[in-house]
Amino acid sequence: MKNEKYEKIVQKHRPTEHRVNNSLIAFLVGGSVGALGEVLIQVFCMCFHVSRTEASVFMIITLIFFAALFTALGFFDKWVTFGKCGLLIPITGFAHSMMSASLEYKREGLVTGIGTNAFKLAGTVIVYGVVSAWIFGIIRLLIGGGLV
Amino acid sequence: MIKIFYSFLFCGAVCLIAQLILDNTKLTPGHITSIFVVFGSFLDVFNIYDMIVEVVGGGAMVPITSFGHQLIHGGLAKTVSMGPLGMIMGMFDLTASGISAAIIFSFFFTLIFKPRN
Repeated sequence: MKNEKYEKIVQKHRPTEHRVNNSLIAFLVGGSVGALGEVLIQVFCMCFHVSRTEASVFMIITLIFFAALFTALGFFDKWVTFGKCGLLIPITGFAHSMMSASLEYKREGLVTGIGTNAFKLAGTVIVYGVVSAWIFGIIRLLIGGGLV
Repeated sequence: MIKIFYSFLFCGAVCLIAQLILDNTKLTPGHITSIFVVFGSFLDVFNIYDMIVEVVGGGAMVPITSFGHQLIHGGLAKTVSMGPLGMIMGMFDLTASGISAAIIFSFFFTLIFKPRN
């Protein structure tokens, strides 16, 4: 009986420590990805003499490129199990989900495998993004009268 | 230089919130990214996310919330010339680069590399 009580107390206290650890890692990893994005924008601005808008497009493409490449090479999955939301919430998570879905179904063929399943995980983001953007856009048009 | 620090803080904070939701509820990462996209487009209704992007810079463009922000922003920019129809026509104007890049890279990398697990 005492052992059981002890076990319960241990069980109660164990996950919270993990949670603190997890969120700390997510903060640091996610923050580094964000800082890397800003650094890339400034580097592109300086090296190629482009505007900030173009540089941000280059930055997003670069991040997607490396996320897809590292997923294909196989070690991005290990990073995700370590960094968790720090890597899933930035745009790298979007590329990672598309890449891993299409890799997983590769053996089922080009059309029925890759083509059908590429958006299996990433599709939810696009569906809810478009639906919510449309609804909020209409609300904005009705209330604020469009872009100021 | 200060923008890099702000980027670190903002992107880290977004990921921290996501991690807290993931750990304390039964939602999967798919749910959380969907919620964040909806939240990002909601923040743009009153130009809040625009202000964040101006202050923070690149750090605000990296998280998935900026995806929703760019969807609604492209649509609203098109409504100036097209009226309410522009909301549908211009929806993907700004995000097209990210989605196209993800599709192209993932397709060709899938052809080149073998799945390993």
